[in-house]
Amino acid sequence: MTTELVASVPPTSRGFWGRLPVLKQLRQSVGLQRGMLVAGLVIVAIFVLVAIFAPVIAPYGFAQLRDAQGPFGAQQPPSAAHIMGTTVGGYDVYSRVIWGAQTAVLVIVIAVVFSIFAGIFLGLVSGYIGGWLDRVLVVIGDAVYAFPSLLLAIVLSIVISGGQSSLWGGIFAAALSITVVYIPQYYRVIRAETIRIKAEPYVESAKMLGASTPRIMFRHVLRNATRTLPIIFTLNSSEAILTLAGLGFLGFGIEPTAAAEWGYDLNKALSDVTSGIWWTALFPGLAIVLSVLGITLVGESLNDLADPRLRGRKRVKAKSGTMSLTSVDAALPSDVEILEENR
Amino acid sequence: MSGPVVDIRDLSISFATDAGAVKAVDGVSLQVNRGEVLAIVGESGSGKTVTAKSILGLLPETATTGGAVLLSNRAGTSTSDVVTLSGKELRGIRGSDVSMVFQEPSTALNPVYTVGWQIAEGLRAHRKLSAGEAKREAVEILRKVGIPDPETRVNHYPHQFSGGQKQRIVIASALVLNPGLIVADEPTTALDVTVQAEILDLLRRLRDEFDTAIVLITHNMGVVADLADRVVVMYQGTVVEEADATTLFASPQADYTKKLLDAVPRIGQGRAHTEERARLRAERTAGAAAEVAVVEASGLVIEYPGRFGRKGFRAVDEVSFAIRPGEVLGLVGESGSGKTTIGRAIGGLTRITGGSLRVLGFEMLDFSERRFKPLRADIGFVFQDPAASFNPLLTIADAVAEPLVIHGRAKNPAAARKRVDELLEAVQLPKSYGDRFPHELSGGQRQRASLARGLALEPKLLIADEPTSALDVSVQARVLELFAELQLEFGFAALFISHDLAVVDLLADRIAVLYRGELVEEGTGAEVLGDPKDPYTRRLLASLPVPDPAEQAARRATLARIRQEAGDNQL
Amino acid sequence: MTTALLPSDAPSPVAPTPKSAGGGLGRYLLVRFLLIFPTIFILVTLVFILMRSIGDPITAAQGGKLPADQLQALIHAAGYDRPVIVQYFEYLGQVFTGDFGNTLSDNRPVTQVLLTYGGATLELAFYALIVAFIVGIPLGMLAAYFRDRFPDAALRIFAILCYATPVFFAGLLLKLVFSVWLQWLPVAGRASTRTELAMQTLPNKTGIYLIDAIALGNPAAVGDVLAHAVLPGIALGLLTAGVFLRLVRTNVIGTLSTDYVDAARSRGVSEYRLVRRHAYKPALIPIITVIGLQIALLLGGAVLTETTFEWKGLGFQLAAYLASRDFVAVQGIVALLAVIVAVTNFVVDVIAALIDPRVRY
Repeated sequence: MTTELVASVPPTSRGFWGRLPVLKQLRQSVGLQRGMLVAGLVIVAIFVLVAIFAPVIAPYGFAQLRDAQGPFGAQQPPSAAHIMGTTVGGYDVYSRVIWGAQTAVLVIVIAVVFSIFAGIFLGLVSGYIGGWLDRVLVVIGDAVYAFPSLLLAIVLSIVISGGQSSLWGGIFAAALSITVVYIPQYYRVIRAETIRIKAEPYVESAKMLGASTPRIMFRHVLRNATRTLPIIFTLNSSEAILTLAGLGFLGFGIEPTAAAEWGYDLNKALSDVTSGIWWTALFPGLAIVLSVLGITLVGESLNDLADPRLRGRKRVKAKSGTMSLTSVDAALPSDVEILEENR
Repeated sequence: MSGPVVDIRDLSISFATDAGAVKAVDGVSLQVNRGEVLAIVGESGSGKTVTAKSILGLLPETATTGGAVLLSNRAGTSTSDVVTLSGKELRGIRGSDVSMVFQEPSTALNPVYTVGWQIAEGLRAHRKLSAGEAKREAVEILRKVGIPDPETRVNHYPHQFSGGQKQRIVIASALVLNPGLIVADEPTTALDVTVQAEILDLLRRLRDEFDTAIVLITHNMGVVADLADRVVVMYQGTVVEEADATTLFASPQADYTKKLLDAVPRIGQGRAHTEERARLRAERTAGAAAEVAVVEASGLVIEYPGRFGRKGFRAVDEVSFAIRPGEVLGLVGESGSGKTTIGRAIGGLTRITGGSLRVLGFEMLDFSERRFKPLRADIGFVFQDPAASFNPLLTIADAVAEPLVIHGRAKNPAAARKRVDELLEAVQLPKSYGDRFPHELSGGQRQRASLARGLALEPKLLIADEPTSALDVSVQARVLELFAELQLEFGFAALFISHDLAVVDLLADRIAVLYRGELVEEGTGAEVLGDPKDPYTRRLLASLPVPDPAEQAARRATLARIRQEAGDNQL
Repeated sequence: MTTALLPSDAPSPVAPTPKSAGGGLGRYLLVRFLLIFPTIFILVTLVFILMRSIGDPITAAQGGKLPADQLQALIHAAGYDRPVIVQYFEYLGQVFTGDFGNTLSDNRPVTQVLLTYGGATLELAFYALIVAFIVGIPLGMLAAYFRDRFPDAALRIFAILCYATPVFFAGLLLKLVFSVWLQWLPVAGRASTRTELAMQTLPNKTGIYLIDAIALGNPAAVGDVLAHAVLPGIALGLLTAGVFLRLVRTNVIGTLSTDYVDAARSRGVSEYRLVRRHAYKPALIPIITVIGLQIALLLGGAVLTETTFEWKGLGFQLAAYLASRDFVAVQGIVALLAVIVAVTNFVVDVIAALIDPRVRY
C-alpha cells in the first residue's frame, strides 16, 4: 500500500501519460533496472508487432509446401529462398516462426483474459465473504495450484478437443486449458489482497458507516486489490507461452495445417537434431526463449519497482535537494513531506 | 578525560528519492562528551535519526554525506572520521567504539537464532573466541541488563521473551563490546509506558555504572526530561537550540523549542475545560427528564474464539461503564488492555459474547447488521492511522461524502459537495482540499478530514481510537484542540481511546482505566488522576514521564516506591 | 509450468500457518497431515470427472477399430456402462486401497507401471535437484550480495533465461552440442545396452540405475550411467535452478533490509556474513515452502525431459499412453502424481516448520 502511495506522488502534477502503469514505472526506474525494463518492453513490442503483421512479414504461408518454383523440399539448410531452411515436413522454418508468434499471442490473450476475470471474481467473493465457501475454494485452488500445470493442461486439452483440431478449435482448446490451470493463481493473489484490504481501516470505516457489502466490495476493495495485476499478467503470459509450447511438444497442440506452433515444430525437430540438423530446432526454440524473456523482464522489473525494498535509486550530491519540512500543519505539505510521512 | 566521544562538524546528508534529491540534514554540528546522555529531540523529518545513524555510518546507499563525524574510542586513544572510513574500517568501529539500540525490539532481533548467538555475533566480529567463551560473555551481559536466569535464557529464541525483555537483550548486544557510545533511536517508543520507565532506568545505569555516553533520539519531551544531561533540538535538518536539560526546560530560547514544549499535554491541563463542559451540559439538559445513556455496558465480555479447539482469549472481562449524552469518556490502557476491542464492539465491528452492551438503545448481544444499520448514522468513528483510514483511490471529498450517500442524504458524491465543503471548513481545511487524494495531505490534515467524515451525519456518538498517536506532538496539540472545539459546537458524546493519560485528561469528562481486559478504575479526571485508588492506575500515572527534569526526578522516586510496595514482578 | 515466478509465492493462507497453530508442533503437524487427504481427494475427483467427461475409455482407445458389438461387450465387461456415480465410488475405493486400475494398451496394473518406471523419474528428479541446489542457491545469495550491480544483473538475466528456455529446447541444444557435434556424451537413454543387460542380472533391482550400477561393482557401468544422466539432469536442473536463484535473491534481499540485519551490521558483522548467516536462514523458511511447490514444476518438466532424452520413466510412459489414447493409464498415473505432490508438500511444510524456532518452541 505504502509502496503505491510513494510510487504515485504526486499524480496531479503529471499528465495522463504519467499515470499509465508501465510508463510510470519506466520513469521511476534507474540504471540497470531501467535497462532490463526497456529491453523487455522492446522485445515484447517486437513480438506483438510480428504477430500482428505476420501475413506481411512471412514470405510464405505457415502450411505452404511449394511455390511457383516447385516444392520446397524437406530439411533444406538455410539458403536465400529459405533463410532458416525447411523442416522435415517441407515447411519454411522462417515463415512458421513468424506465424507462430500470432498463435502464441492469440492463445495468451484469450487465456489470460479469461483467467483474470474468473480469478478476480472468485478471489474477491471468497476473500471478502469468507466462511465455508472460502475454505472449500481455497482447498480446491491449492490442490490445482500444486499440481503440475502442464499435466492438467494435457488432460484438459484432451477433454476439450479430443487431442487436436482446427485453428480456432485448437487455439481455444489450448487457451481454455491454460485458463483453467491459471485461475487458481489469480484467485490466490486476489484473495490474499482482498483479505489484507478487508482489515484496512478504510474498509472498516466503510463498514462502520453502514455501507452495503457490494458497495464495499466494488468501491473500496476491488480497485485496490487489483493493483498488482499488471505484474501477474505479464508473468502469467510467459508461463502461458511455455505451457502452450509444452502441449505442442507433446503432440497436444494445433495441427501444422491449422496454424504454426513453435512447440509442435520442436517436437518434429527432435529426430533432426540427432542427425545434426540444427535449424529446424534452433529458430522456433529461440522464438520461445526470446518472447518469454521479454515478457518476464517486463514483469520482473514491474515487480521490483512495486517493492521499495527491491527498487534502486539514483545517487545525489551532498548538498543538493530541497529541504524536507517537518509536519507544519498550517502550510501546504510539500511532496517531500508527504513522501517522508508515507514511508 | 580527553575530548568528546563524537564530534560532528557541519554534517550534511541528502537522499535520492522518487521525487528527486531530498536534504535531510543541513550543516549540523554537535559534540557528545564522555559519559553523558545527549538527547536529540525533534519531530518527524527533523533529521534526528539520520544524524544519529551517520555516527555508525549506517545510512542507506541512497544517502550522500558531507562534513565530518569524528569518533573516538572509549580510551580516547584514537579518533577517526566516520564519513571517510572504508567498509572494513567501519566494521572495526561498529560495536566496539559505538553501538546502536533500535526502536522496535521485536524486529531488531533475528527470529531464527538464539539471543545468545546474536549477542555473540558482535564478539565474533571483533575477536577470535571459542563458543564457550562467547556464551559465557553473553550470559554475563544478560545478567547485567537484568534478564533473570541468564544461564537458561541465553539459549532461548526472541519470541520467548516479552517486549521489555527483548529491548533489554537489544541493549545487551549493543553493550557486549563495551563501546564508549551508544546511539539509542527512540528506544522506548514501541513500549508501554510502564515498561518504558524500566528501560529508561536501565539506560541511566549504563551511564552511571558503565560510564557509557548515550545519544538518545526521541520525540518525547518527558523521556528527555527523565534521562538527558544535555539536549539538542533539531528542526528541518538544522540544530535550533542546544542547552543542558535543566536550562532548556526552565528557559527555552528558540521559538520552536517553546512551541514544542507548549504542545506537550500535561496532566491537569484539561481540568478547566472539563468543568466548563460539565456546566454547559447541565444547562442543556436542565429541562429534560432523566438522561438516557448513549452507551451503557454492564458485565460486558468479549472473547475471541480459539482455533483448533483451543480455549478462546478473553479480551474484555466483565466491564461496566456508561457514556451520557454530550459526555466524553476517556478509555486508557496499555497494549492488550482491551480498549480498542471495546471501541470496535460499540461500532458493531466486533461481536460481544456476554453481558450487555446497549448502544443508542440497541442491545449489541443480539446484533443484526440490518437492524443496526439505521443507527450507524448516529455513530461517527475516527481511526488511529490517518494514512490507512482513507481509501487511497478516492478523493477527500468523495470519502467525506460516503456517509451522506450511504445514508441517503445525497444521491452521489457530487450532490453532497456543498455539505462536504461546510464540513471541511468546520475542521479548518480549505475547500479545495476536497479534490486531493489522501496521500496529498499531511498526517494532521488527514486526521482533520477523518474528523469531518466522522461528523458528516452529526452523530450522537463519536468513537475516536487513538486519533493522535500517529501524529507529531505539535500536530497532536492542534488536532486535540479542534476535537475539543467541535465537541463543544456539536455536543456529541464521545469515547476517546488512548494509551496516553495526559491526552485523555485533556479531553475527557470521565476517565476509565483498563488493565488486561478489566476496568480497574473509573471517575472524573480529578478523581482518577488526582487521587488514584487502584495500584495499577498509580503505577501508570507514576510511569508517565513529565517534561520537567526536577519534577520527573521526584516522580521517579514515587515510582520506585510503588514498585517496591507492589513487589516488582507483580505487574 | 507452475507459478515459478509469481510475485505472491507465499504459502497457502488456509493451510494452517505455523503461527496460528500456536499449540505446538504436534498439533500443527497433525492438522497439516490431515490436509493431505482433501487435496488428494479433490485432485483424484477432478481427474476422474475430466477424463470421464469425454466418454468411456474403451471407446476412446478402440472406437472405430472394433465392430460396435465387440466394443459394447468390452465396455460391459469393464463395467463402463454402469452409472457414472457408481463407477466414481468404486474408483475412489480402489484409489483408497492403492489400486489405480489396469492399463488398456498393455493390461498392466498402473501401480506396476509406477514401480517399473518411477525409479527412473525419481533418479532424474534427484539429479535435477542437485543441479538446481548447487547452481541456484549460491548464485542467488551472490546476486543478493551484489544487488543492483553488474553481477546481479547478469545473474538475473541468467535466471530468466533458465526459466524462459523450455526444457525440451534446452535438451535439444545440449544434445546438438555435446552429443552430436562434440560427441562427448550419449544422445539419449538411461544407459548403454551393455550396462542395461548387465543390470538385468542383478537379483534385487531398484530401477534406480545409479544404485544398480554401484551394486554391479563395475566402475565402467557407473560412469556409463552418469554420462547418460548429465544432459537430462542439466536440462531439467537449470529450469529449477533459475527459479531457486530468483527465490533466494528476492528473499535474502528482503531479510537484508530488516532491522535485525541492520542491528547486526551496527555491531560490525561483515557484509558477507550478514548475507550468509543473518539474512539467509530467516529467508530459508519461505524459500523452502516455495521450493515444495516447485515439485509440480519438476514433474511437469520431467515429462518433457524424458520425452526429449528417451529417458524411460513415468513421464515418457505417460506421453506414450497419451499417444495411444490409453486414458485409464493416463488417469492412473495422473492420480498417482497427485498423491506424490500432496505428500511432498506435506514433507516440505514439516521441514519448514522444523527450521522455524517459533514453531518448535
